[in-house]
Amino acid sequence: MDFLNALILLLNYIFVPALAYGSQLAIGAIFVTLIYGILRFANFATGDMMSFGTMIAIFFTWYFKSIGLSLGFLPTALLAIPFAILFMGLYMLIIDKFVFKYYRLNKSPPVQLAMVSIGVMFVTQAVVRIIIGPSDRRFFDGEKFLIRASEFKDMTGLNEGLAIKSTQVITIVVTIILVSILFWFLNKTKTGKSMRAYSDNEDLALLSGIDPKKIVMITWMIAAILATIGGVLYGLDKSFKPFTYFNNMLPIFAAAIVGGIGNPFGAFLGGYVIAFSEILLTYAYKKFFMYMLPESMEPDGLIQLLSTDYKFAVSFSILVIVLLYRPSGIFKGKIL
Amino acid sequence: MRKNLNVIAAYSIMMGLIILVGIFQSWNIALSIFNLCLISAVMTMGANIQWGYAGLINFGIMGFTALGGLAAVLISVNPVQEAWSAGGTNILLSLFLIIGIVLAVRFVLKRYQKSKIRNYVIAAIIISGIIIIRLVSEPGIEAIEEVNPARTGFLGGLGLPIIFSWIVGAFFAGGLAFVIGKVALGLRADYLAIATLLISEIVIAIIKHEDWLTRGVKNVIGLKRPAPYEVNLQQTDWFINLVEKFNSGKLALISDIIERQAALNQFVIEGSSIFVKLCYSGLFLVVVIILLILTQKALYSPWGRMMRAIRDNEEAANAMGKNVVKQHLLIFVLGSAIVGIAGAMLVTQDGLFTPGSYRPLRYTFLIWVMVIVGGSGNNFGAILGGFVVWFLWIEAAPIGLYLVNLTTAGLEDTHFLKVHLIESVPYFRFLMMGIGLLLIMRYRPKGILPEKIEIK
Repeated sequence: MDFLNALILLLNYIFVPALAYGSQLAIGAIFVTLIYGILRFANFATGDMMSFGTMIAIFFTWYFKSIGLSLGFLPTALLAIPFAILFMGLYMLIIDKFVFKYYRLNKSPPVQLAMVSIGVMFVTQAVVRIIIGPSDRRFFDGEKFLIRASEFKDMTGLNEGLAIKSTQVITIVVTIILVSILFWFLNKTKTGKSMRAYSDNEDLALLSGIDPKKIVMITWMIAAILATIGGVLYGLDKSFKPFTYFNNMLPIFAAAIVGGIGNPFGAFLGGYVIAFSEILLTYAYKKFFMYMLPESMEPDGLIQLLSTDYKFAVSFSILVIVLLYRPSGIFKGKIL
Repeated sequence: MRKNLNVIAAYSIMMGLIILVGIFQSWNIALSIFNLCLISAVMTMGANIQWGYAGLINFGIMGFTALGGLAAVLISVNPVQEAWSAGGTNILLSLFLIIGIVLAVRFVLKRYQKSKIRNYVIAAIIISGIIIIRLVSEPGIEAIEEVNPARTGFLGGLGLPIIFSWIVGAFFAGGLAFVIGKVALGLRADYLAIATLLISEIVIAIIKHEDWLTRGVKNVIGLKRPAPYEVNLQQTDWFINLVEKFNSGKLALISDIIERQAALNQFVIEGSSIFVKLCYSGLFLVVVIILLILTQKALYSPWGRMMRAIRDNEEAANAMGKNVVKQHLLIFVLGSAIVGIAGAMLVTQDGLFTPGSYRPLRYTFLIWVMVIVGGSGNNFGAILGGFVVWFLWIEAAPIGLYLVNLTTAGLEDTHFLKVHLIESVPYFRFLMMGIGLLLIMRYRPKGILPEKIEIK
């Protein structure tokens, strides 16, 4: 029984939250990696693009709520996502046309493109803050919990409860669907294959008749989908605040590099690596050991490897270690 | 003279703008803008040495700034005796342990060949070392943080004049840069950018949460000053006489003695804060000028030529027998040390250390905007960038407000759009920075004052 309790404890406080958080990071990391692989620059506007997409989704959510449309126990925001993606795609194309295209055609070095993306970051951040404001917003509605801790206790008779928030389940399910479609698209369709070819060797791809304009446009479209969905999922699970989204860029970058930048599958796994290591290293294991060890050996301290203040620092340290020993990431990068 | 006409013109326009602020807003605001412009100029010079001379991207400016600030606290605050006796030995012991670990790792790295076993041994040394350090330091940290937590709760500093911290800050930042450089300089340009950005976040996380060091997010306030205090000035005779002399024309107009005394008091209060700001301006100006002379000399020296050669073609420079790795490390350390000076200057001017205020947008990306806008590779350009961008950053809100009022003049004051726009005026500065950066990158990629290389 104690063993089961300990297991549920870990599930409740480590496994489920890490899986949800990891999924959110994974989507962002794939976004970073796609831009890096095909458009060849580190996009410092990642976090703010995600917050822009989320902002549009929030507006649609409010609109749907005002006309009485809802999905029942699911959050209305899910219904808003497709519309938000359309607007987000438009925004991405406008940015590309007025900003990035010039540097791409001039074959500017990646560093210059990264600098330009900082300009885009400033502008997007300003637009989001001017339109919706910098404050914290929750736009979740519908059923909050799939399983409540008390219900679970009653059901199983264990001491430890397992609470599963519906947003966590939605996050994980949506991520799995989205990522499977994306990998199917990249590996099986002709367009996806030509994207990979373009990423692998631009000149050869051009020689074999691949249209770079089309590739770039599709990349921005996929980026719009990923940015919006990733942003909305994070906002549903936690809350929407432009500043947090900007900061999320850092673990997302860490995930993309740990997985091998340019490699979508690596980025996907990198998200989970970062999320799990953050939560595993900062969790206080006292209760776990109380269940697992006999009473006489009960621990005094919290048995916490690092204080929760260092949550971000953990993922960044992992990144530094990975960069030192395998600069191309855990899975070799630069093969889309 | 003619060659430098654009430099002189650009600087005169900039000074003219600041003087206009002085006339139309107030001299206090103008001087505080000017002081922060000078600090920004020091930061941009640091970043410019790395980016403009050597082509290294350092997105960790925030971390080095914070280390400079840390130095200001550790140098100037008086030591807390109780805390030292409570947990000082534990902390010192941990410090020695850290040095021991580093030496042990170095020894293993030097002595044994690259192998899996060596990696495991290093990992084992580091992990066991961290556990021992935690065991040793934990009781010390707890004891220190319990000493009068509302006011101290930290070890304090050395109690020296705060000016020394400008040099110590440079050493702190340079030391960190040395470690980062050893680790990360081999990376490709954009990887280096991301790695330094994340490392600077780690630095901030440590400063924020190690309360025994600098009180963490509880902030350290009331640091010593290199300049006199306003309150003391207001009671000094020579200062009051000075103010009286300056304003004698205005005072002579007032006939009533009591009113005249009141007016004089007002002038003295205003004058004291301006005087203090002027003291800071003088100090900062000295630093900027010294750095400018040094960096200009370096730029036109054989060393500067070598750096440009390395920047423009690493392989060729390497083939000519220049040690690229060593020079990159050197310039990374130098540039970061200059940023460290700026960090210490900033804390000196504010008189307080608030780790929570270090954010990448303000301390990393904004500085980069300054470098790019001003002109990378040109020291005058970098300084000008610091001035222009900081000026706009501060004055963006009034300008934004003016524009909002202009465009919504037809609407009523209670119209929701107008109210909303006026509320979001502070964020126009981001918009201005972004658009400015994009325009400069597009139409004047070398900055306002581009790099100009003359053979002397």
